[in-house]
Amino acid sequence: MSDKITKKLKLKVSAISEGTVIDHIPSENLFKVISILELDKTPNMITFGANLDSGKLDKKAIIKVSHQFFADDDINRIALIAPNAKLNIIKDYEVVEKKIVEVPDRVVGIVKCFNPKCITNNEPVTTSFKVIGKEPLALKCKYCEKITHEHQMVIK
Amino acid sequence: MKRDLISITDYSKEDYLRIMELAADFERNPNQRLLEGKVVASLFFEPSTRTRLSFETAINRLGGRIIGFTDSNSSSVTKGETLHDTIKMVSNYADLIVMRHPLEGSARYAAEVSTIPIINAGDGANQHPTQTLLDMYSIQKTQGRLDNINIFMVGDLKYGRTVHSLLMAMSEFENPIFNFIAPEELEMPEEYKIFLRDKGIRYFEHREFTDIISEADIVYMTRVQKERFSDPIEYEQVKNVYILRNSMLANTKPTMRILHPLPRVNEIHTDVDSSEKAYYFQQALNGMYTREAIIAHTLNLK
Repeated sequence: MSDKITKKLKLKVSAISEGTVIDHIPSENLFKVISILELDKTPNMITFGANLDSGKLDKKAIIKVSHQFFADDDINRIALIAPNAKLNIIKDYEVVEKKIVEVPDRVVGIVKCFNPKCITNNEPVTTSFKVIGKEPLALKCKYCEKITHEHQMVIK
Repeated sequence: MKRDLISITDYSKEDYLRIMELAADFERNPNQRLLEGKVVASLFFEPSTRTRLSFETAINRLGGRIIGFTDSNSSSVTKGETLHDTIKMVSNYADLIVMRHPLEGSARYAAEVSTIPIINAGDGANQHPTQTLLDMYSIQKTQGRLDNINIFMVGDLKYGRTVHSLLMAMSEFENPIFNFIAPEELEMPEEYKIFLRDKGIRYFEHREFTDIISEADIVYMTRVQKERFSDPIEYEQVKNVYILRNSMLANTKPTMRILHPLPRVNEIHTDVDSSEKAYYFQQALNGMYTREAIIAHTLNLK
């Protein structure tokens, strides 16, 4: 019992009894992660913090979502903007499972095609890419067949 | 499942060979009323007289009826209708859509929206697969084979979609050799060279356009377009370097043939036109037979 209390005191964002903690998000992408995971629409309790000190990243962000768990396919959608994100699955204040995100083989939505003459930049068409390189990222557009490289990536 | 033709790589080697066989059949007998009672929509969101006439003649020779428009000014696009809605509507009416559109990826998107097959007649600078198939038919016809072909590609190899598609398609056949002749600014993109290296296919790059073409089975000429250059001085420097003249043909193989997707500007001197090695006008005619073949294959008419 006392162990749990000390742990809680160290936390800058209050602990949750049950749900998912997404840690090690680059601070500047916090709101994009919220939007991609549609947490702005969830009825569940969410707490988040940004610009927290981190050993790995300069400044990290963290999101805690109560009573919500994510399928791997859903969570991998944030891999492009939070490649080092770590998930802790919480049950009864304890971490019962840890997950890391992986860049998926296909990226649907999220990223804009860099080609201004692509149909997806001119009509309301959801983008779709085949991931042809993961480090650095290279995305081949299903429509115009051009390759969007990591340095050209713009998140929708 | 419907069979679209959006990119040249949508077809397998078997499809290529089937098109060659069908095109030869239509060349022997161009008027076969296989499209009798069928309606083909010819949707040209940007004008392309050459391609449109070739397709529409093919459709007519197959006995089909045509609906459509020749540029977007005469369609509901001017009222702001989306491509999605135009395609949805037309696929209610017709049996097949042939479409040309200035935006890249528009044909792939249309194929997703449409319930009837789509043949891409050019989507911006992206794909123009029927051109590639007619190029292949021209090679097959003049060389009697698609294996063991030594192709010299000349001019704009960076932006020229026809050379990229032809490279991909010919790589499906045995032992091709590619020779690229282009200025540094317009050389073959690295991704295609990587593709060839991965497949173990030989290619050579040259800056000078000289008598190295003596080894060629096919010389594939392209236009060097002024708008591709950021620096007009660079264009002036290279525009007259890659011109094919009759005098350069002296040491070439007797069976060598010159192809060009047309229209040409000055990259093939008119003194070449009278050479028996000049094949670009017959190549255009082959386009009609090839398009009859593609339509028949798409709708499984033969």
